[in-house]
Amino acid sequence: MSNVIKIEATSKTPMVHFDPSTGSLEIKGRSIPENSVEFYKPLMDALDKYAQSPKAETIVKVQLEYFNTSSSKCILDFFKKLESMNNKGTKVTVNWYYEEDDEDMQEAGEDYQTIINLPFQMHVVKE
Amino acid sequence: MEEIYDIYSRMEKNNILLSFKGDITSDLLTSILQIMESKMDSMNEEPKLKKKVYNVLVECLQNLYHHMEEYDNEFDQNNRSAIFMIGKKKEEIGYEIYTGNYILNENIKSVKERLDKVNSLSKDQLKEYYLSVLNNGEISEKGGGGLGMIEIARKSGEKINYNFLQINNKISFFTLQINVTLSKKVV
Repeated sequence: MSNVIKIEATSKTPMVHFDPSTGSLEIKGRSIPENSVEFYKPLMDALDKYAQSPKAETIVKVQLEYFNTSSSKCILDFFKKLESMNNKGTKVTVNWYYEEDDEDMQEAGEDYQTIINLPFQMHVVKE
Repeated sequence: MEEIYDIYSRMEKNNILLSFKGDITSDLLTSILQIMESKMDSMNEEPKLKKKVYNVLVECLQNLYHHMEEYDNEFDQNNRSAIFMIGKKKEEIGYEIYTGNYILNENIKSVKERLDKVNSLSKDQLKEYYLSVLNNGEISEKGGGGLGMIEIARKSGEKINYNFLQINNKISFFTLQINVTLSKKVV
């Protein structure tokens, strides 16, 4: 039975792809829904399940163009979940992508890095 | 009929690109964002400014959206509407965003305190405040739990102008004016 989460992007929500069988997780696009908690719930639930028997490595890719403040809370909770499972059967790496001239998104990544105790790798995306 | 021209000329004077009065729904929000995005694209606006304006628009419109919901049961249908306007600045490269919605008089104090606090902080202090609210604040069903105003202030880089116009002993009309410019003057 596969527990893959695959949500297509919309104008307000990002593409979410999580494959527990490989430990790869990707969030990409815009995250500006009115109700972010509801949007992120399936992913959060899947992570709780995954944490019980994770892969040796969990590779997370986050590439956001925009996110609203209600998503920023959810993204923090998402990172906190990853933080709590790190070194408990899995090694978590977060890859944060931002566009070359997007200082705000670079800063947002750095902000999360100061709050969350996880290895962050920052990547510049050339337009 | 002259009223129409009156409304038109006032909007023309303020360079209004888009305005809306009514119930702010999720679909309407999507449409406004799409229209403004393509307008800014067609005006060849700098990506940096476009992103800031877009971010502020999202927070402003979602503020209206959530707060109208909140008062759904408090007011009659007439009072459930809000106003939103966005204009292009003439003297500088940037935009002015206006919002207006009804607020219960008993809630004015806390909103005013939050605005005054945000307006009193420097850029670095705003960032610090944002991170502390993000990390310690309660997550609410409605949204960011107080992060919206801080984010608006951060992206705007200027003071947020506001006003409360008392309508009766129960409600007031709450207006916000937010400037988003690229070349903000350092005071």
